[in-house]
Amino acid sequence: MSAQLLAASGTASFNPIPFMVLAPVLGAVLIALVPRARDEVARQIALGFSLVSFAMAIALVTRFDTHEAGFQFLSRTPFIKSLGISWSFGIDGISLWMVALTGLLFTVGIAAVKPDHDPKAYYGWMLVLMTGSMGTFVALDLIVFFLFFEVVLVPMYFLIGSWGHGDKVYAATKFFLYTTFGSAFLFVGILATAYLHQRGAGGHITFDVVRIARDQVIGTGAARWLFAAFAIAFAVKIPMFPVHTWLPDAHTEAPTAGSVILAGVLLKLGAYGLIRFGLYLFPEAAHFFSPLMLTLGVVGILYGAVCAAMQADLKRLVAYSSVAHMGFIVIGLFSLTRQGIDGGVLQMLNHGISTPALFLLVGLIYERRHTREIAQLGGIQKVAPVFAGVFMLVMLSSVGLPGLNGFPGEFLALAGTFAHARWWGVLAASGTILAAVYLLWAYQRVFHGPANAENRTFAELRVSEALGLLPLLVLIVALGVFPKPVLDRIEPSVNALVEHMADHVPAIDRNDVKAPVAAEGAEASQGSTSSTGGSGS
Amino acid sequence: MIALAAQAVIDSPPAEGIVTPRVPWSALAPVLVLFVGSLLGVVVVSLLRRRVIPHLGSTLAVVVAGAALCTVVPLWHRVGSRGEGPISAVAGAVALDRYSLLITALICVSVILVALLSDGYLRREDLDGPELYLLMLMAAAGGSVMAAANDLVVLFVGFEILSIATYVLAAMHRRRLSSQEAGFKYLILGGTASAILLYGIALTYGATGSTSLVDISAFLGDHVITRDGLLLAGIGLMVVGLGFKVAAAPFHMWAPDIYQGAPSPVSAFMSSAVKIAAFAGLGRVLVTGLGSQQRLWGPIVFVLAVMSLIVGAVLAITQRNVKRMLAYSSINHAGFILVGVYVANERGIAAMLFYLAAYLVMTIGSFGVVTVVGGRGDGRHDLDDYRGMGGRRPGLALLFTILLLAQAGVPFTAGFVAKLGVIEAAATGSHWALAVVAMLSATISAFLYLRIISAMYFSEPAVEGPGPRIVVGRPAVVALGVAVVATLVLGIVPGFMTSLADRARPVLVLPGNR
Repeated sequence: MSAQLLAASGTASFNPIPFMVLAPVLGAVLIALVPRARDEVARQIALGFSLVSFAMAIALVTRFDTHEAGFQFLSRTPFIKSLGISWSFGIDGISLWMVALTGLLFTVGIAAVKPDHDPKAYYGWMLVLMTGSMGTFVALDLIVFFLFFEVVLVPMYFLIGSWGHGDKVYAATKFFLYTTFGSAFLFVGILATAYLHQRGAGGHITFDVVRIARDQVIGTGAARWLFAAFAIAFAVKIPMFPVHTWLPDAHTEAPTAGSVILAGVLLKLGAYGLIRFGLYLFPEAAHFFSPLMLTLGVVGILYGAVCAAMQADLKRLVAYSSVAHMGFIVIGLFSLTRQGIDGGVLQMLNHGISTPALFLLVGLIYERRHTREIAQLGGIQKVAPVFAGVFMLVMLSSVGLPGLNGFPGEFLALAGTFAHARWWGVLAASGTILAAVYLLWAYQRVFHGPANAENRTFAELRVSEALGLLPLLVLIVALGVFPKPVLDRIEPSVNALVEHMADHVPAIDRNDVKAPVAAEGAEASQGSTSSTGGSGS
Repeated sequence: MIALAAQAVIDSPPAEGIVTPRVPWSALAPVLVLFVGSLLGVVVVSLLRRRVIPHLGSTLAVVVAGAALCTVVPLWHRVGSRGEGPISAVAGAVALDRYSLLITALICVSVILVALLSDGYLRREDLDGPELYLLMLMAAAGGSVMAAANDLVVLFVGFEILSIATYVLAAMHRRRLSSQEAGFKYLILGGTASAILLYGIALTYGATGSTSLVDISAFLGDHVITRDGLLLAGIGLMVVGLGFKVAAAPFHMWAPDIYQGAPSPVSAFMSSAVKIAAFAGLGRVLVTGLGSQQRLWGPIVFVLAVMSLIVGAVLAITQRNVKRMLAYSSINHAGFILVGVYVANERGIAAMLFYLAAYLVMTIGSFGVVTVVGGRGDGRHDLDDYRGMGGRRPGLALLFTILLLAQAGVPFTAGFVAKLGVIEAAATGSHWALAVVAMLSATISAFLYLRIISAMYFSEPAVEGPGPRIVVGRPAVVALGVAVVATLVLGIVPGFMTSLADRARPVLVLPGNR
């Protein structure tokens, strides 16, 4: 299997990954050179370069080989030779959708939202943030991953601190320090991993994820410690209970595009990290910690839902709903079943579509009314029915209504959890009901009832605003009714991951889904497996 | 002491009359260039006393330090494994290996950068003083002697040359009372540190019978010291003396006061060149001469490292004066570098050297910004003076932001690669707790840098209107530009510097190596 993992995709003569990662930062440099007076140019550059990057991500999706479970589009350039660090990039079915999502959300975020001041710096930071996010998802070297993972803090800090609302500096600083705190453990963990791998496997020190995962030479006890160190960093980023407290502040005070990226992309960095550097590198430790992670995931779901229901601020409500949704991803991943992990990854994508759309809509409400207090709103449906309809659609997708994109991922994650860890599954399932409660209640309070004087002049959704939302709305419906193309690309990689984990942990059942043939013949069975998942919708 | 020195300098061959050791002048070129340059400077300056030639002093310093830097390059190849190997000069008192050469080069670079900063500063403050440049060259010579010391007495001589020059430098601003105060404080405290170092040297001599690192190492190799109290005391006192100079906690108390009071470019010099020299001495003595005694000095360095990491990070939080903030952050950096010293294996020393190089550009750049923002009178160092800088001086603010983020260890900057090296070294020694403490302290000190950044970008200016004028002369622009570019280059393509640092481990240079 390792040879399979290492094998580069034979079809790739042109590798889009480096362009996808570098295009935004080149745009940022270009923007820095634009004279201050020409603000409109900055916007055009930002849109152009984010589109280039997005196009590269699309190229990856179309040229992705669905029969290949390992990493594709590999590239490698030495970075620090004496430490064995190299710019090593590649994607599999899991990261593929994350880069596509990143490309989409940044393009939408840049196109749909204009900053209220200093656009030049704003667009520059957005592009830097884009490079950081893209790089994190495609890095196959631990240090390179850390570089990108950590560098996203800086642009996000400035975006919140400079273009945010309310107590923005506090929120930005809290965001930065929380994540840096987690990263301190991640950083030591990464170096310890590489060092212990070298001690076990001999040869030069390496930070190559694929090699370290393949060799599995780190002792059980050490691996558990390392997993814990990694998990702290990713738990802060996801965020998981009890280290989630930065999120409501950051989300609420961030500018709209900042919230879009934060919810859509940055939270996924943590979940993605758990898969790539938790499950993949330390399968035994992941299994060992799975009860704890499941518990924290379930607590996150319930606690997030209860907190969301109590919020008076609409944006804060959406922020807490993220805590709950990310809980589903965590339990899906730590069910350690094919179904659960498939569902977790799918949910990463779908949460990255619904929640940003919600934030965009909340941003539009704020632009019109200059308040996000639910109590101040009401009766909007009468004056802006289209707006209300769109909001309803997005909200229902977030609730996880069958037929919309929120459903298949949540369903698979719950099904996987139910199979492996019944009681956690039961508790988590009740979270879906709570989601319906707080979101529908919020909808009712904002859109129904009598409109006060200010709400009576609430402007209808404009065409330009609708265009910004359109790609997300289309995906909400499309992925709800037909998630198969996505699952087809996720499944081979998830199957390979579960096989890999089962190779090293006897307790993990490699045949949890009725997969008729083992790994090698898996391609043939993928159609049937995915239809198992798809048929739920 | 003179007797000791004489004994060290005049080597053992049975004396028939006075035997003077052969001096390989070419091998000593960097130190000689610095010394002679500063002495010639004194002559030239006193001859031209009446005529003020603009930029004379800074040009002189840049040329001399640049020349010294040039002499390092051929020597680097000469002492390499493919050349003749490390050279022992002046009867074994001086060891020229790649370690000493790299340190000398770093010190020269910091002299050049600080000289460029001082040029505008001196004119702004109406200080004519070419003395500043000459003293800096003198201090640099002392520092490179420390790096090359193969004998504890030579180390002390270098230490004193360095120290006395910096006492005067700290008091350089004649009309600022706080500068006078800083110089005086530094003199008293530094003098005490010198005494402690000397006492440590004496006790080490008592325990091992020699001041030569070669002989000490040989003695400790041949003998097992059963009652090691004397040696422990000697080592401890030496580490304290040098630890004072690097501002390692708990011997850091002077640093915030003196960095705050001293003229800003001098603070840049003290936090870069002086620290580099002191770390060089520490590394040389502990790794070569006392390499076998890590069991004795390890715990001492460990305590200093942990305390510096924590004190530098935690005490910085409450500060409002940017110079004091940078002083505390430099204490935190000292902690990181001490982690490298503590690990002391190949990776540890390489990490320490890379960290010193990265720290050099970051700290000089930061103090450079402080120098120009300080304004006439060198007094505008409060956090409030930085408010709104992002709008008023976007270029300068961006530059300072990059330097501060680099100090926080943000990726794609020198600071990140430096911390990577140190933590990697700690990992090779399995010092996990130390690694975690170091990184957590970096998180705490990130708060300090964010405070400055948020003052610059997210706060309204403290004064309405255009605010006080900030003049950045051309030499200062060059210095700041070099510092920022180097900070980024070391972070994005660190390969060149890491390969230099990897090859610059200090070695015990036996007298046989001529």
